[in-house]
Amino acid sequence: MNPIAGHGAAVHIENCGKTFPDGTQALAPASLDIVSGETLVLLGPSGCGKTTMLRIIAGLEQPDAGGCVLFDSNDMTHVPIEQRNVGMVFQSYALFPNMTVADNIGYGLKIRGVDARARAARVAEMVALTNIGGLENRRIDQLSGGQRQRVALARAVAIRPRVLLLDEPLTALDASLRDRLRGELNRLLRSLGITAIYVTHDQAEAMELGDRIVVMRKGAIAQIGTPREVYFKPQSRFVAEFVGAANIVEGPVVEGHLMLPGGRLALAPTADVPKAVAMIRPETIGIVGQGDSPLRGTIDSVSFIGDKQRIVVTGASDRPLAIYAPNTIVAGIGNHVGLSIAPEAIRLLPRED
Amino acid sequence: MRDRLIFIGQLGFTLFVAAFLVVPVILSLSAGVTVNYFRGISSGVTLQWVLQVWDLYAGEILLSFIIALATLAVTLIVGVPAAYALHVRGGKLSRVIEEIITLPLAIPGLAIALALLITYGGFGSFRRSWAFILTGHVIFTMPFMVRSVMAVFGSIDIKTLDEGAASLGASPWRRFCNVIVPNAMPGILAGSLMVVTLSLGEFNLTWMLHTPLTKTLPVGLADAYASMRLEVASAYTLIFFVMIVPLLVAMQMFADEGHKR
Repeated sequence: MNPIAGHGAAVHIENCGKTFPDGTQALAPASLDIVSGETLVLLGPSGCGKTTMLRIIAGLEQPDAGGCVLFDSNDMTHVPIEQRNVGMVFQSYALFPNMTVADNIGYGLKIRGVDARARAARVAEMVALTNIGGLENRRIDQLSGGQRQRVALARAVAIRPRVLLLDEPLTALDASLRDRLRGELNRLLRSLGITAIYVTHDQAEAMELGDRIVVMRKGAIAQIGTPREVYFKPQSRFVAEFVGAANIVEGPVVEGHLMLPGGRLALAPTADVPKAVAMIRPETIGIVGQGDSPLRGTIDSVSFIGDKQRIVVTGASDRPLAIYAPNTIVAGIGNHVGLSIAPEAIRLLPRED
Repeated sequence: MRDRLIFIGQLGFTLFVAAFLVVPVILSLSAGVTVNYFRGISSGVTLQWVLQVWDLYAGEILLSFIIALATLAVTLIVGVPAAYALHVRGGKLSRVIEEIITLPLAIPGLAIALALLITYGGFGSFRRSWAFILTGHVIFTMPFMVRSVMAVFGSIDIKTLDEGAASLGASPWRRFCNVIVPNAMPGILAGSLMVVTLSLGEFNLTWMLHTPLTKTLPVGLADAYASMRLEVASAYTLIFFVMIVPLLVAMQMFADEGHKR
């Protein structure tokens, strides 16, 4: 048990779906297990049901009949949010404009009947933790976006929640601040060892923060796995394309090789199918001399992005292939090149037709 | 030169329009302190009419304030939670209820009064008490309270604030007291002043609903116009003016305050 955060609960969700009164199904019945102390990220495009899932765990929405939410082994399904002891960080922060920063952070403790001295000590602890010293007596409208985000986090952690719920907490910030706070948040979640459920549509956020990622699509879970599993071993085309950049190629398989317009690709020995759809990450494709390379194409465009170059090659596959190449190699538009792709870098996907 | 002429022309026109509106007010108010209006202000200045009105109508004036404050109390106790519920609940039903609450704005006060008389005229003691007028005033002023509170709720995302407080463990009642009401304060204040001002000045509903024993300030005013010397009626206007203007000024100040925030 962490002295600052308290004990994080294991969360067990069973068969939780959500159908709104107008009949639209926001979430198909789904089950999830979240280990105590784990950071689980719900990732997906807007409308995928990730926020609905979070709100069911929070107690802001009731699951359809048959759904069940457990914290450790306590059934929370019909417990209202105010008795669940969850800390919640909202996208809009939901800080109280009628209170100072310190009063906001201490509000949950005040509700719990913590006396003024213990409250002040805990608020000071949270202020130090989230690095907002000197702002205690400010009003909320006197804070910048990044400061508000920290106050919201401090307020949610102050009550030693059993589960910390974060609903797109960085989305309202501009890009550079978002990157910095993402790093801070990551360190904080690790050091607190709190059970956290984090909703985002940003795959970079999901990768950095998640112990595991739940990729969601159209109200259903598409895949659950560690960031590496989700990135390298997507189980569907949707996951492959949503998490990071992906080239999708398809063609017949002949003697362990995927046949493409620009040549052929050796597959890992296990693959034994007549036709295949495969994903290849742009950074796993190497550009080599034409020589005797089995797959060839023509450079269509080169974009220099600083830390790498994005090269698009046509002719190798039905669709242009995107390649992330080192920023040092010289590639000329119109050059004919060979492509080297290791068999392990080719991930076969189930066909979806 | 040309700019100057345009400016003088505009200034002149503005002053003319202002005078057109303000002069009747001044004449009416000055009549209330003139010894004899037909001989003009040269006949002397006196407070006797004002005192006479106070002697004759102190009861009406007092009752007006009682009714205005009672109306305020009811619209606060019912209107603020109603606005909260309508806002948080949302949906079609809420919109229908909001429309129904707003309806009295569009219906002539006389029609509301008539409906009340037809329905409750038979309940003698209710009909004869000032609670009958209070009922009319509450119906008439409720939309102003509900609307101005809802306008604030709409501008501060009260639903998320409420959820935030709930996540921290606050019961619905504590949320309402600690978060909802303080943040709705600008709307509540604006609504309150509007309700009090409207209730004090309300005539056509009240005129239909009043009995000889339950007259309010504006009804007394009509009375005085109809049956007293012009100076007395004007003195009455003066008293009314003195009472209502500070309320209007306060209302404006709160409105400015609201914009600044």
